[in-house]
Amino acid sequence: MSGEADLQILTFQSILSGEPDDGLEGKGAQVPDFFGDLNLDRVVDAITADWKDYNLKPFYHARLSDLDGIAYRQEIFQDLEEKGLIPSIKSFSERMRVMRARLKEADEAKRLDYKYAMERLFLGAAQTYCEAIEKLWGELCVPDLRSRGLRAFREYLGEYIESPSFRALAAEARKVNSDLSAITYGLLLRDGSVTVCRYGAEADYSAAVENLFEKFRDGATNRYRLDARDGGGMNHIEAQIQDRVALLYPDTFHSLDAFCAAYAAYLDEKIARFDREIQFYIAYLTYMEKFHEAGLTFCRPHVSQRSKEIGAQNTFDVALAGKLIGEKGSAVPNDFFLSGPERILVVSGPNQGGKTTFARMIGQLHYLASLGCPVPGTEARLFLFDCLFTHFERQENITNLRGKLQDDLVRIHGILSEATPNSLIIMNEMFSSTTLKDALYLSKRVMSTIAALDLLAVWVTFLDELSSLNEKTVSIVSGVDPANPAIRTYKLERRPADGLAYALAIAQKYRVTFDYLKERIKA
Amino acid sequence: MKPLLMHADREFDQYGVFRDLMYRYRRPDEKPQLPVHQQTMMEDLALHTVLDAMAGKDEFLFEVAREAMLSGLQNGIGTIVYRQEVLKDCLKNPDVIHQLYRLAVEAIEQTRRQWWSLSSAFPSSLLYDAIGMLEVLSGLLRKVRAVAEEQGGRFESKAFTTMFAMVRHELSEEYLSTVEKYLAELKFRKGVLLSAELGESNESRNLTLRKPGEKRQNWLERVFSKRPPGYTFHLAERDQTGGKILSDMRHRGISRVAIALAQSADHVLGFFTMLRTELAFYVGCLNLHTRLTAKGEPVCIPTPILAGEHRQHFRGLYDVSLSLHKEGRVIGNSAVADRKSLVIITGANQGGKSCFLRSVGLAQIMMQCGMFVGAESFTGELCHALFTHYKREEDATMKSGKLDEELARLNGIVDRIVPNSMLLNESFAATNEREGSEIARQVVSALLEKRTKVFFVTHLYKFARTFFEMKADAALFFACRKRSGRDTDVPAARRRAI
Repeated sequence: MSGEADLQILTFQSILSGEPDDGLEGKGAQVPDFFGDLNLDRVVDAITADWKDYNLKPFYHARLSDLDGIAYRQEIFQDLEEKGLIPSIKSFSERMRVMRARLKEADEAKRLDYKYAMERLFLGAAQTYCEAIEKLWGELCVPDLRSRGLRAFREYLGEYIESPSFRALAAEARKVNSDLSAITYGLLLRDGSVTVCRYGAEADYSAAVENLFEKFRDGATNRYRLDARDGGGMNHIEAQIQDRVALLYPDTFHSLDAFCAAYAAYLDEKIARFDREIQFYIAYLTYMEKFHEAGLTFCRPHVSQRSKEIGAQNTFDVALAGKLIGEKGSAVPNDFFLSGPERILVVSGPNQGGKTTFARMIGQLHYLASLGCPVPGTEARLFLFDCLFTHFERQENITNLRGKLQDDLVRIHGILSEATPNSLIIMNEMFSSTTLKDALYLSKRVMSTIAALDLLAVWVTFLDELSSLNEKTVSIVSGVDPANPAIRTYKLERRPADGLAYALAIAQKYRVTFDYLKERIKA
Repeated sequence: MKPLLMHADREFDQYGVFRDLMYRYRRPDEKPQLPVHQQTMMEDLALHTVLDAMAGKDEFLFEVAREAMLSGLQNGIGTIVYRQEVLKDCLKNPDVIHQLYRLAVEAIEQTRRQWWSLSSAFPSSLLYDAIGMLEVLSGLLRKVRAVAEEQGGRFESKAFTTMFAMVRHELSEEYLSTVEKYLAELKFRKGVLLSAELGESNESRNLTLRKPGEKRQNWLERVFSKRPPGYTFHLAERDQTGGKILSDMRHRGISRVAIALAQSADHVLGFFTMLRTELAFYVGCLNLHTRLTAKGEPVCIPTPILAGEHRQHFRGLYDVSLSLHKEGRVIGNSAVADRKSLVIITGANQGGKSCFLRSVGLAQIMMQCGMFVGAESFTGELCHALFTHYKREEDATMKSGKLDEELARLNGIVDRIVPNSMLLNESFAATNEREGSEIARQVVSALLEKRTKVFFVTHLYKFARTFFEMKADAALFFACRKRSGRDTDVPAARRRAI
């Protein structure tokens, strides 16, 4: 543990943030505007699908704006993964879930006025809580825990466990529970009556019968399955039986009464909050697993507020990759980078070649990094943006009387007037509803504003010319298979836009090349 | 508790096929299809005729005998001798065997009629049915024990002496009366006593049926005596929900004993089922024996020899299936084929070549499943698989495509051939002499190298000549001639000069 000595231990507040209270909850209430365009809504749906009880979505809707906050979470992600703590957290949460279920049942018993059922359920909840905490504490005591968050939490947990009130709670719960579990009583059932009596150690009748016929047993499988599970649960008969068992064992039931009175408010606020907030990490790490199984990698991105030389290797669109894995397909990873004065990725190439996916991917990477999460890829350098804007083609809106071109213009105007040099803009096929000449003219105007702001942008366009407009633009082209240009590789590469290769391929595919046409069109 | 009349160490019906057949769990048309080569072999050897004679009209006897015959090729010498000993006991005491078989059939028929199959919808009805069934079965177990006590001394085989000793020991009067006492108690006329523990919501769980104490006081008295205390409550009138809950508790309490008892009933019935299945084979043997000896045909217990030792000699070997079709006796053949792995059979049409081939195959099958064989004496090595490759049409027209068909079948056989197989071949008559001979030569040479014993009926002179010249030492040449009531007993040496 010597390596930890130099790390300062914070006072534990929240596993999501080192700050006392950053109002995350409020920020996350609103779904960011660009979520739909970047398919991040689907990603968050997929991440949180199995964690519905925890209401995690607000956490994924609230991005961080400071590098330290991001580092705080990145450290936790790293500790959880590298120290193999995920199963420990999962079993802790499972116990907490069981605890909550018992408390809920106890409420139900209270409503029905089944006193001893309620008390026993409450006791069970408290005992499960103690077990959850003791187990987690033991498992968090691994050497070289580096993250400030988990170290602070461990410190807090350690103090909590050592506190007299927790020790008394745990000891009492164990004692009362084991006394109750040790009780065996007799039940004589006759038509219309039940007698509850002490158990006289009579022989197990079924075992005696099995024993009697043992010699005929031939190893054949048992054809009989009766549903003999303990399905009783709570009802007025059980309640009456319990009242009489309590008469047989008055001391044990008195201590049950006393326990419930003494520990009515046993649950610690901060631990309950940790139980929910840590799911932010577990849900994301669990989500990452299925990508790992498919051979796709996530990494801890290097996030900067200064350098705009972004780049990533073997990265992919998580939403699409997730869908393809579900369909037993696989996603094609891509690389990209910007260096020096380069700011704008201009993506062109054949349709269905992965251009939009590429643009989304850049947006997703930056957003996920701003949550403090690992991002798709083997390596990533990303920029901490102040605002993320997307401009994707919309379905024409009938209630909105503006034409499509006008809509494009209004939206891009809004974006450009809000954007700062630290913003990120993702644009997908603008001005497609006007003539080529007008589109080019308008695009050049937009381009000059963007270039002047020196902000980062991705621009998917059919206008090859944009890709070499100035020193800030980089041309990205979606590739085709050289052997058969009609086949898409879904690889996007940095190279000059060249409209011809794919156009010819498509022409051949549709048999509209010169030769084809000459042949097809009869005089 | 197993009868073990077919194998010293395991039951015959390992996969429960006959149990299913007996209880009609499987409809006859769902019977698994035999592999093609086995079906072919059964037809070529007219095995059905033999099986019919064993079965009378009893489908069950037929199926058991068939399975015994078809699985017989896997038996080692130990199993064969084991069964031969049992068979000798059976032949000496046929009445006792039939009596035991009838008891087994009665156990099965009676319980099946009354309790088609125990239904486990409700523990109480399952328990009730199981008690009824066991009451019937324990009566029949008493009768089986009586047979063991009265007749057991007349049996000498290891299997029967062991089984009868087991029956006398395991089904003693003391045991059977304990069983009956339990059955009476389990009707629970005085209520059900359970033990319980407290569950997660203090509900009663682990309900375990308790056997009321037998010492000192009656358990009911104990419940009502001052110590230890008991607290009783009564259901409110018309509390139907409460009544349902109580009956559920009762069911939970007795379900294990109900299952245990139903399973026990099944197991006891299982003993009768095994007894019936294993006796069925011998009952079949007795039936066939009666048929053959009635018409004066000889039968003998054969001497099995380890596979691969190349020993085979017999006297008066006849075609059992042919005999079963005819009024009088059929003619047998004798031969010494020791140290031979190829027997080439030639001779005129209608000379009995096919019958001879069939008698060899039938004897092999019958010997290997532990039966007697149709011969005055028979010694033969075991084979691990037996194949027949016969002409498909009686008149061999020189049709093109026929060789195709033949070789395709041969291909299928070769897929399944293992070392120490036996091939009864009657083919390659479907092409011209030169080609037929060449194919036959190649096939037979290869098979011999792969340690397959071949019986080859042929008109192919060139083929026979080749082996006569090249492999005379390993081959026996056997000529069938038209005969008039007298056995042909041809020493091998003479037959070499075809």
